[in-house]
Amino acid sequence: MTRLPAATYNYSALTPLFSSCCIREPVITQQVAARAAQLQARALEQLSVVSDSEGLEAWRVSYLGRKGEATLLKRSITDVPPESRREFGQAANAVGEALASAFEARQTEIDHPAGDTDAIDVTLPGVPSPIGSIHPITSTVREICAAFGDMGFQVVEGPEVELDHYNFEKLNIPKHHPARDSFNTLWIDKTGEDGQRPMLLRTHTSPMQVRTMEKQDPPVRVIVPGKAYRYEATDATHEWHFSQVEGLAVDKGITFADLKGTLHEFARRLFGENVRVRFRCDYFPFVEPGAEMSIDWSSLSNGAKGAKGRQQEDQKENWLEILGAGMVHPKVLEGVGYDPAVYTGFAFGIGIERIAQLKHGIDDIRLFYSNDVRFLRQF
Amino acid sequence: MLVPLSWLKRYVNIDISPEDLAHRLTMAGVEVESIEKMGMHLDPELVVVGLVTNIEPHPDADRLRLPTVDLGNGETAKVVCGAPNVAVGQKIAFAKLGARLYNAHSEREEPLRTAKIRGFESSGMVCSVKELMLGDDHEGILVLDQDSEIGSPLTNIVGDVLFDIAVTPNRPDCLSVLGIAREVAALTGQPITEPETGYADDGEPIAGRVTVQIADPDLCRRYTASLIEGVTVGPSPSWLQETLIRAGQRPINNVVDATNFVMLEMNQPLHAFDLDLVKDQAIVVRMARPGEVLETLDGQRRELAPPMLVIADATDAVGLAGVMGGANSEVSQGTTRVLLESANFDPVNTRRTGADLKLSTGASYRFERGLRQELAEIGLRRATRLIAEIAGGTVASGIIDVHPEPAAASVVTLTAARLKQVLGTDIPMPKVKQVLASLGFERTGSDSADSVSISSPYWRSDIEIQDDLVEEVARVIGYDEMPTTMLAAPIPHHHVQPMWDLKERVRDMLAAAGMQEAINYNVASEENLRTVGAWTDDVLALANPMNDEQPYLRTTLRASLLQTVSDNRRTGGGDGLRLFELGRVFMPQSPGPNPSGGDAKLPDERETLIAAFTGRRGATSWQASDNAADMGFFDAKGVAEDLLGGLGIDVSFEPVADVALKAGRTAAILASGKRLGTVGEVADGVLDQFDLDGATVALLEIDVPSLLAAAPSGDRRYLPFSRYPESVRDLALTVDQAVSADEIRAVLIKHKLVKAARAQDVYTGDGVPQGKKSIAFGLVFQSEKATLTADQIDRVLEDLLRRLQRSVGAEIRS
Repeated sequence: MTRLPAATYNYSALTPLFSSCCIREPVITQQVAARAAQLQARALEQLSVVSDSEGLEAWRVSYLGRKGEATLLKRSITDVPPESRREFGQAANAVGEALASAFEARQTEIDHPAGDTDAIDVTLPGVPSPIGSIHPITSTVREICAAFGDMGFQVVEGPEVELDHYNFEKLNIPKHHPARDSFNTLWIDKTGEDGQRPMLLRTHTSPMQVRTMEKQDPPVRVIVPGKAYRYEATDATHEWHFSQVEGLAVDKGITFADLKGTLHEFARRLFGENVRVRFRCDYFPFVEPGAEMSIDWSSLSNGAKGAKGRQQEDQKENWLEILGAGMVHPKVLEGVGYDPAVYTGFAFGIGIERIAQLKHGIDDIRLFYSNDVRFLRQF
Repeated sequence: MLVPLSWLKRYVNIDISPEDLAHRLTMAGVEVESIEKMGMHLDPELVVVGLVTNIEPHPDADRLRLPTVDLGNGETAKVVCGAPNVAVGQKIAFAKLGARLYNAHSEREEPLRTAKIRGFESSGMVCSVKELMLGDDHEGILVLDQDSEIGSPLTNIVGDVLFDIAVTPNRPDCLSVLGIAREVAALTGQPITEPETGYADDGEPIAGRVTVQIADPDLCRRYTASLIEGVTVGPSPSWLQETLIRAGQRPINNVVDATNFVMLEMNQPLHAFDLDLVKDQAIVVRMARPGEVLETLDGQRRELAPPMLVIADATDAVGLAGVMGGANSEVSQGTTRVLLESANFDPVNTRRTGADLKLSTGASYRFERGLRQELAEIGLRRATRLIAEIAGGTVASGIIDVHPEPAAASVVTLTAARLKQVLGTDIPMPKVKQVLASLGFERTGSDSADSVSISSPYWRSDIEIQDDLVEEVARVIGYDEMPTTMLAAPIPHHHVQPMWDLKERVRDMLAAAGMQEAINYNVASEENLRTVGAWTDDVLALANPMNDEQPYLRTTLRASLLQTVSDNRRTGGGDGLRLFELGRVFMPQSPGPNPSGGDAKLPDERETLIAAFTGRRGATSWQASDNAADMGFFDAKGVAEDLLGGLGIDVSFEPVADVALKAGRTAAILASGKRLGTVGEVADGVLDQFDLDGATVALLEIDVPSLLAAAPSGDRRYLPFSRYPESVRDLALTVDQAVSADEIRAVLIKHKLVKAARAQDVYTGDGVPQGKKSIAFGLVFQSEKATLTADQIDRVLEDLLRRLQRSVGAEIRS
């Protein structure tokens, strides 16, 4: 057995301190603190030189045992004037806890000496698993579909190579209509019997409005995610190949007020509950009245900010157009055999890239289809 | 469309800021894209019009002079001026002390201070364009029009705000300043001051001296003309020139400027002919003859063909109707007799003519969008008045008006019920009537308490149905004033979308397998399609591709993804690349139903999955030494197995030939004998084509409709499992090189006590005879009825070995 230094047993010095209750409190406090610290320092110093299990046990008995110094210190609380007991108790407990945890650590060291164990360097990197991810356009489409899905809209898809008939004519855009100017069309190089090109790359996802209504009776509530194409020079804000989500709701009693509410709800889902939206009049031949929704950049939470808007950032309000919408034109409804006097509805088209740019702070639209993994791996 | 605020103010009082005005117009559907301010920075108190009344030489400096300037109200100033062009009698821009100007010495904007110049104290300044910050001209002072009022703020003369307005195709009326003014009037509750159209037509009557004949009344619905004789063609007055310049139009001469002004003002395109160049003073509106040639005003000789419409004289075309005039009848310096045309041409024919000739003009742009026939006469009278005013001459009495079939006034009735049905709210009828009246709609008198019937004013050609009026009411009141509700209609029944669901699932599974999703353009070059074996002669092409090298709609995703791999190899490939794309290929459609269930008239758009693997298997790890190895066939196959297995599809792999993939390292993926796709390593020639030479790239390609067909539908069924323990044994065999793992496995798995058999190791070399290979299987034995004993398993193993010896000549490896 390792002998402990004699000083270990010199506990009596503490006792007189509390034998008299007439000592003023501040004095007690200072003295207790000093004593406790002294005891703790002495105990830890001794612990550091203990080198085997027996020595460790002797140390434990002398400090933490039933008659150990730390234990006795705690018990001596009965000698302390009531008004100082709380403070004294805290100090004594702290000493006890510090010694107990030091004891455990020392015990582990003595039981499992270094070099002779399966201890590892836990700071080395783990075994890597390959990490994949979904394209930001896909994840944005999912988010949009989920938002509308919760409002009862179902996903349908349509062809990317479309007929002029569906892309334009049935949407109230006859041949030679000036609105065709805004749909710079990529035509499929096939000529029909009438000398016209019947096929094109759809310029919007709107043809699926007509295809959906032709296939089913009202009520209709669908969203159509997909690619669309326009002959436009590509730069940081324009891409000839882009993605849209089309929406359509037709039933009895659907109003412009529903359009506003549904699209505002969508904006709240995508950009946060505090987002401010505004609707202004706009023109699309297949809706009447026509509208465009903008969101106020300055109302977005920081997470959704990032890319610079088209307007100055220092402006108080900063409105960014994010979608076109409107009440389905009676001619479109008539064209699919719905009675426009009975059924009303709204339609909208959302540009996915714009939404993804806003959400992720992407300042160049070309990044989406560059497929640079330094970009893709960030999502 | 550039609209100067000063011009707008001729017709409507504007007492709101340009920004507020722009906002209100934009919200109402007339989008102001930008606001440009000019000269608005000049302080109206401190920068004013002055008159130079006297000039004295500077006693000490030859180049400086001392003009005295009359500032009105008895105020004068004597200042120092170094400009060579200052002269007595000029109206000039005078800046008083404190005015913020550009200081050429300090090169910045600062307030004007008293300056002692060569001993003379100058308290003010006669300004140059540059000092006024109106332009770069610093050569001399700005000399103003003689009619500028002395003492008036300079900003009233040079200041303006230019609104750049994007006009939607349905609102041709907003292609005119007056049209915008009418919008402003409706939105701000102001009255409109109509332009003057009256004039004295005291000349000899036009009738009988000029004839007009419309040969094709479908294409020209109305043709009006006036005659102004004795005009002097010359530069326009400065107000007109300045107005046109601010609206972005180049001044030409007074007659032409007057026609352009009226077009921009009220939207009616006009054309002025030199009547002496019109043979027989006869105008014929007819279709062009095949091959007829006309030199247009832009100097281009244009070959025409029916149904293009021309304005002709007795023999030749003198103008391309509604598009551009002819050089042969152009108004020039010597012109004295002006025949002014104001007509109405068919929108579609005008548009086709412009498209065929690749010629779009202010006139054709307006006619294409549809103008009302009434406008022709109003525009004619307005322009006639203006020409007589600024070019002099006498107006022949009367006008010519050929109007074979005047359009009947269309009446549209809007009901309160429809307003509520569309907008979801009641709008009081008096309010509706007030809004429509503010826009110039006239009530036809047949309205009730619950409806209003209107006819459109002559400038509006877009109102056809009552929903058009619903929009008018809503946009003027403001969309933001309309109520907002959530959909109350019942949610329609759900229809399953198995293809969409499958695609989403596949994407998730592949991302979870460490793959990066790519999305590529849907086009390809012939060379690339040929290289990867996806070229057919009927591949769909674009008539007007974005990129001439890639005119084809892709029939494979291979080429796009290999390009993506190539693009990323240097920048992002350090830890290897695992990429996939789930997109469509466009297969030409032969007659008959569309294989993917789409429109039979359209190509078969097949959803396709492609995945590529190349480079290191993983990041360098001090633990996983395998990561340093290059990925290849088995990495792709492993993902295929996990994906297909995860979808509940049992698949097998068989060697197959594919022109783009390496022979002997390519397999067909089969499910119940049906081909789902291919997995293999890309052939060297293909790698070269994509600048990937030296790399190993494994591809996985799956036809998604086939995948959907193979995937079990509905919910997975629970299968009871044995409660007895499994026993695991290894079996090492030596077989001929040609024997496949699947052949051996088929024998093993057939035994009812073998639950699983998986090849774990393959070895050739030392200890294995030439032409043979050693292959080790991990076997799992399990019975449904009892715990298997070691003896039982040994007997099964012996049995299996006998069977393998018979079927594939396998030997136990010694």
